[in-house]
Amino acid sequence: MTLALPRTAPDQSPLAIRGLTVSYGEQPVVFSIDMTVQDGAMTAIIGPNGAGKSTLLKAALNIVKPLSGRITVYGQPLAQQAHRIAYVPQRASVDWDFPTEVLDVVLMGLYRDLGLLGRVRAHHIRQARDCLARVGMEDFADRQIGQLSGGQQQRVFLARALAQKADLYLLDEPFAGVDAATESAIIDVLKSLRAEGKTVVAVHHDLSTVRAYFDNVFLINRRKMGEGPIAAAFTPETVQATYGGRLADGQISQLTMGA
Amino acid sequence: MGDEFVILSLAPLLIGICAAVACALPGNFLLLRRQALIGDAISHVVLPGIVVAFLVTGRIAAWPMMLGAACAALVAVLLIETIRRLGRVDAGTAMGVIFTSMFAAGVLLLEQSDTSSVHLDVEHALYGNLESLIWLDATGWSSLLDPRALAGLPPELPRMALTLLAVSVAIRIFWRPLKLATFDEGFARTLGIPVQVLSLGLVVTAAIAAVAAFDAVGSIIVIAMFICPPAAARMMTNRLSAQICWSVAFATLSAILGYVLAGYGPLWLGGTDAVSAAGMIATVSGLILAGVAVIGPHRTA
Amino acid sequence: MLLDALLLQIGYNATLVTLGSAALGLAAGATGTFLFLRKRSLVADAVSHATLPGLALAFMLMVALGGDGRNLAGLMAGSALSAWIGLLSVSWLTRRTRLAEDAAIGAVLSVFFGFGIVLLTVVQTLSAGRQAGLESFLLGSTAGMLFSDAILIAAGGLLVLASALALRRPLLMVAFDPGFAETQGIDIHRMDLAIMTLVMAITVVGLKVVGLILIVALLIIPAATARFWSNRADRVVLLAGLFGGLSGYIGAAISATAPGLPTGPIIVLTGFAVFTASLLLAPGRGVLSAALRHRSHQRQVHLRQGLLALAQDQPVYEALTRRLLRRNGLQRADGVPTSEGHSRAAAALRDETRWQALRSSAHLSELSARDDGLTLILDVLTPDQIAELDRRIATAPGTA
Ligand SMILES: Nc1ncnc2c1ncn2[C@@H]1O[C@H](COP(=O)(O)OP(=O)(O)O)[C@@H](O)[C@H]1O
Ligand SMILES: [Mg+2]
Repeated sequence: MTLALPRTAPDQSPLAIRGLTVSYGEQPVVFSIDMTVQDGAMTAIIGPNGAGKSTLLKAALNIVKPLSGRITVYGQPLAQQAHRIAYVPQRASVDWDFPTEVLDVVLMGLYRDLGLLGRVRAHHIRQARDCLARVGMEDFADRQIGQLSGGQQQRVFLARALAQKADLYLLDEPFAGVDAATESAIIDVLKSLRAEGKTVVAVHHDLSTVRAYFDNVFLINRRKMGEGPIAAAFTPETVQATYGGRLADGQISQLTMGA
Repeated sequence: MGDEFVILSLAPLLIGICAAVACALPGNFLLLRRQALIGDAISHVVLPGIVVAFLVTGRIAAWPMMLGAACAALVAVLLIETIRRLGRVDAGTAMGVIFTSMFAAGVLLLEQSDTSSVHLDVEHALYGNLESLIWLDATGWSSLLDPRALAGLPPELPRMALTLLAVSVAIRIFWRPLKLATFDEGFARTLGIPVQVLSLGLVVTAAIAAVAAFDAVGSIIVIAMFICPPAAARMMTNRLSAQICWSVAFATLSAILGYVLAGYGPLWLGGTDAVSAAGMIATVSGLILAGVAVIGPHRTA
Repeated sequence: MLLDALLLQIGYNATLVTLGSAALGLAAGATGTFLFLRKRSLVADAVSHATLPGLALAFMLMVALGGDGRNLAGLMAGSALSAWIGLLSVSWLTRRTRLAEDAAIGAVLSVFFGFGIVLLTVVQTLSAGRQAGLESFLLGSTAGMLFSDAILIAAGGLLVLASALALRRPLLMVAFDPGFAETQGIDIHRMDLAIMTLVMAITVVGLKVVGLILIVALLIIPAATARFWSNRADRVVLLAGLFGGLSGYIGAAISATAPGLPTGPIIVLTGFAVFTASLLLAPGRGVLSAALRHRSHQRQVHLRQGLLALAQDQPVYEALTRRLLRRNGLQRADGVPTSEGHSRAAAALRDETRWQALRSSAHLSELSARDDGLTLILDVLTPDQIAELDRRIATAPGTA
């Protein structure tokens, strides 16, 4: 575990959020959130269903419009640094019936390199195939995207994110609904990203694997319920407060103490 | 295929093909974006557009009318989007509310204004008059090389050809972001692609194609070509570029077969008069679609 | 003049048309609501355009049999038949191929309409000299409406209305939650077909008055209008009937007052005017009230966040927050809180601390779901419970 990392100051943080409030209708679903993502670490965003985890990520990317709050990416406004972020949504807003193949989808991650009219050259194809290989999907390059299973689709979108060569990876429940093999393939990729010095933030719903997978946690239930390294912030008290009595006491201490 | 063909049929046939392909190209993206009926909406609101253009300029001239129609299409799309967002009304309903109301306004304006002296009526707007676009200055195939005769080509032909060229170029240039934003709008947004501008641009391109085609061939073909060739093409392949090629082929085939059947079909059946070419082109495109829906290799997901 | 028309004082024919239009509008509005709630409004457009071939074929058939060809009942039967085929085509394309419903609608609409135009040109050449007048079905025409036509339209409309109301329970259930409806033993496909049949019937009945291009407006606009005024499905049906009937009545009356005011378009535009007014002004879902609510909510959020920042001596980042604090007399221009600002900030912080404490309380933590940042704990807990929380806070400093 890379616990010894120095804490990142807000003005250098890959993602720093201050006073963020998002409402759907007249109901705040995320209220006055401050968050400072640590550079080069893996952070889990944890909270019960409907806690606003997805909304937090979407607002950080300006996909939903916040009511208030400031967001900086590597110390600068999002618009200037957007190219350094890759985002894998919980359920991609994708047209599954679209006439396109898996390799094509990964090539979309190279859009910034290719631009409007740039030709797709052999090295682009090679990059895309490499990314597919990293997630173990190289044999599916020619499949139509709608013909894959949910876990395979998830891996393809991770490959597309890899192709973006970003510095900050935001993933919304990358392990939801995938089988154990896919889960370990994905976590290996994420750990290799960290080894390359990239920053990973993932919404995570499985409390039992938090310790094994992540360095930091961010606990949220409409408000921030805790933030920091696993050892300090992922305690029975904070988890209990976050889940508000929805988990039994024994369950919590068992999960958060680690075996 | 003699001189008579060149004089009577060559120009309408080419105009029909250009119109069909110009509409089918953006139609592919509209289809994939579940906006197929935008074509329907656009072709309805063309009527108020040209009536207003006529009232403003006081004469029947192609360019102002095309401009008027394009503006009407833009206004319609913006209104649809506005009431969809602000009123939380579903897209189909929003379209239905706006295009019927604008069409009604067009009919009302037409009735209120004195257009008896000019050829401007609803039926013309619906069926166009492809058959009448003959090349009077031609004498035979050799006229194709005769500048004087070429100058006498119906103006609809160069206009339609230019439109087809413009539409093709626009789609080629914005191919990549269009494809990306159509497939995964959320991702396109995070890449910084101006998704809404692109979407509006697509609709405007479709509107330009619709308006130019409408001027020459009426609005039925427009709606049919926006939807039928791309829909049939989608069931032929799972690759976007191949789909586009198929749709162009189907559009061309519909235009040729439809025109020929309309002109000669009744004669073969012992009748004397030709039937509406626009209607027949739409019918043929429907038959193609029906055929592909039954035997197309990728007709089901 | 308009008043006379509205009071049905300007002649027999105008009265006939006005009453017929009102009945049609009422029936179309109520029926269209089911379609609207099912989010399939534009199927009506396919149905209405698909009437054209049947219209032309019925005409040809009646002429071939030596009849007049313009018999309204005969034309209605023909158009119903081809609309039915169009409907089946939409349903077949949607279910049996990968095409989405909107593509199926567009394809059927344009192809049937195109084929109808082909047949119309045939009719024109067949009836050389004699005016078939089928073009009037495109945009509708009420000139020279016969009493029997009016009766047919009104009776047909009311019959459809009665059927729609009889079926309203299962129809609404399917529209609201198809999955649940299925578990209740309702056959969704059959119900959809029932809606479509009613829509087809209305279309056929309304062709004469508003024409096949605009009939879809009578089905959709009243329902979309009514939706702004109620969240209850049965009320929406009633209101849509009301709005539809009113549009028909007023539109037809206006159209009767002067030449050059075609009935169909005027009815549609009347309906659109009511729609626009509702979109803007309706309480609840209307644009104006939603904008006002959003603004007040945004201010509430900023004020609350501003007060919390003041209480904790944190900088206030946003200009809007600072402006609100100043305007409410909570902060001076130089950024120092006023005395009222101090006390309200302290109150906000106290509220916040109590919410925090509530989360770790064994028997109150269930209530933490009500903490949305704006709800005051005073509105959620009894004074006794608050006192208990305050004791917890006092004994465990550092939770705040
Ligand atoms: N587009 C939306 N419109 C209205 N409410 C929404 C929308 N998206 C999410 N919500 C609501 O906001 C809350 C937070 O949602 P979300 O951020 O998806 O939670 P999480 O990802 O933590 O499960 C939920 O109560 C959800 O119902
Ligand atoms: Mg989520």
